[in-house]
Amino acid sequence: MPAGGQGNLFETEPFPKAAHRELGNTQMRKNLRHATHTIRDKRLKVVGELPDWEALRDAGSTIKNNSMATLEERLLEFEKNFTARGGVVHWARDADEANKIVTELVKATGSQEVVKVKSMATQEIGLNEHLEAEGIDAFETDLAELIVQLGHDKPSHILVPAIHKNRTEVRDIFLSQMPVVDPNLTDEPAKLAEAARAHLRKKFLAAKVAISGANFALADTGTLGVVESEGNGRMCLTLPETLITVMGIEKVLPHWEDVEVFMQLLPRSSTGERMNPYTSLWTGVTEDDGPQNVHIVLLDNGRTRALADRFGRSALNCIRCSACMNVCPVYERTGGHAYGSTYPGPIGAILSPLLTGIEVEENGSLPYASSLCGACYEACPVKINIPEILVHLRGDDVDAKREKHKLPTQMDLLMKGGSWALGKGKNIGLLEKALPLGRLAAGKDKKIKKLPGIAAGWTQSRDIPAPPNKSFRDWWSDEKESM
Amino acid sequence: MSAKDEILSRIRSALADTPATEEVPREYRTTSDMNEEQLIELLVDRLVDYKAGVEVIEAAQIPEFVAAKLKDAASVVYPQGLDTAWLSALGQNVEQRVDAPGARLSVAELDATSAVVTSSAVSVAESGTIILDGQPDQGRRAISLVPDHHLCIVPISTIVQLLPEAMPRLSITRPLTWISGPSATSDIELERVEGVHGPRTLDVLMVRGL
Repeated sequence: MPAGGQGNLFETEPFPKAAHRELGNTQMRKNLRHATHTIRDKRLKVVGELPDWEALRDAGSTIKNNSMATLEERLLEFEKNFTARGGVVHWARDADEANKIVTELVKATGSQEVVKVKSMATQEIGLNEHLEAEGIDAFETDLAELIVQLGHDKPSHILVPAIHKNRTEVRDIFLSQMPVVDPNLTDEPAKLAEAARAHLRKKFLAAKVAISGANFALADTGTLGVVESEGNGRMCLTLPETLITVMGIEKVLPHWEDVEVFMQLLPRSSTGERMNPYTSLWTGVTEDDGPQNVHIVLLDNGRTRALADRFGRSALNCIRCSACMNVCPVYERTGGHAYGSTYPGPIGAILSPLLTGIEVEENGSLPYASSLCGACYEACPVKINIPEILVHLRGDDVDAKREKHKLPTQMDLLMKGGSWALGKGKNIGLLEKALPLGRLAAGKDKKIKKLPGIAAGWTQSRDIPAPPNKSFRDWWSDEKESM
Repeated sequence: MSAKDEILSRIRSALADTPATEEVPREYRTTSDMNEEQLIELLVDRLVDYKAGVEVIEAAQIPEFVAAKLKDAASVVYPQGLDTAWLSALGQNVEQRVDAPGARLSVAELDATSAVVTSSAVSVAESGTIILDGQPDQGRRAISLVPDHHLCIVPISTIVQLLPEAMPRLSITRPLTWISGPSATSDIELERVEGVHGPRTLDVLMVRGL
């Protein structure tokens, strides 16, 4: 079994415990409810405009499945083409290795600071913290990531990472953390965006090194693409001398024509826009235009492990649009922090355990963080069957725990008993003879208040009515006789 | 074993069940049935929705409209391949700076320039997307990024309805910038704010007869 991923991929505490605490944060719940409902309504509207939406989903899903099925070939093809155009390709087995490669590359430029465009991959490997430990300052330039970074906080949504903060909190963070800021800054979003612009402008114009993620890589041309809104991406991708991109190996697409599918699926699914304001594509180095020193770090960090799971590998098809979390009743109430991992919501509940391995105890509770309502599957632009994978992972979790404990648990015994009882009509008939005994357990009010052992959880908040004095089976044979 | 070899070998063993590939079903729309007037109407609608300024004009009107849009600019940068006749009606008070191979403006100079004028390669009406591909009349990526006002010329002959119609017209290995409205963010309480780091004003001249 290939090695599992490291870094920010783990629940820091079991989901039920974290969720319980987060549920108490009424501000977060209010913001999140507003955000998820607004985005999902916008999404439905713009998706409804396309008569061929389902055809695009079918194409997107098949393109991704094909990429995964031929991953080795695609990566080698990408490497060949990116290298031929002056780019340099690095391979990283895990988070540690990726962090070391990036640090070496930054140090080689002599620069002590880097500008960053929002990237899930670098969040996953904890790059900022690593760079800081190595004496390199990393500046997040996406507005929401900047808010999170200045607030010493964690992202709570993959698309709008600071959605748990309201405008007043953002203003307070800016006032206390920005070295130069208008003391009369109001909490109007336009004014706050203006403050971010002023704060970062000098950084952009002077930056020697930038670090980005990538939304996709094209195997047949060696092209990389970044999708964004604010222009901070364009700043990072074009002004510095050195550009280092960190990308998961699953982001490679076979053909450049595939862009036409994903650029229709992604913006509409994620922000509910017909198109995001800016998309940049670059192929290695272009003389006289953009960085002349261009690198990519291809990251495994558990992806090959997920790929080995034939029931779960389609989780790697994820294009990080966040449509699943915006329709998820569980995410909407608990928020992203409850999941611990960089990847929250329904996709996080399958992706994180697939990357780390379900037997890693820290991620064992994530596949249960779902009502299995299926809304995520319906919303997914590349048709990842999240509910099915959740159920499959729950099975794996039970197996992993059994493996660990060796001895059968109460649940195992219960299930074994159930299997015997329901296996033959004669067996269940035998058990039913004992039904009247249950009436003894019930009190005068004919209710059983507390069951023993593992079943106690069920009676914690509800009573069980006392069983009837005769089973249906007995009643039926009595009736038949008297007929 | 090198990291590359190890990752590739992990992929091989992960795919030991040899999952099948399938032909990609491309049943989505790839050709449009819109006439020119419908394309113009659709693109204008999308760009206005993104808060861009849009005018539909004749080729002969370009100098007049460029001058009108840039009347408040102190300086303007343009790529060397741009038709300079388009800038011929600019007032004496607007300083003109050309960005040419071998004579590039520095980032600081671009930052001190109020506006930029470029042409464009292809536009997609359905999504309101203007694509720049670094040809000589569009210039390198930095010039359309750093100045705060971007005035973009869109020849009506380059408008298509659908993204799949635009792709064959692009040379993908050139640096591409796709622009759908001015810079914007919705990161604070999802309230859309136009203008963060990219040009805060986008004006589009859609030109017949170019």
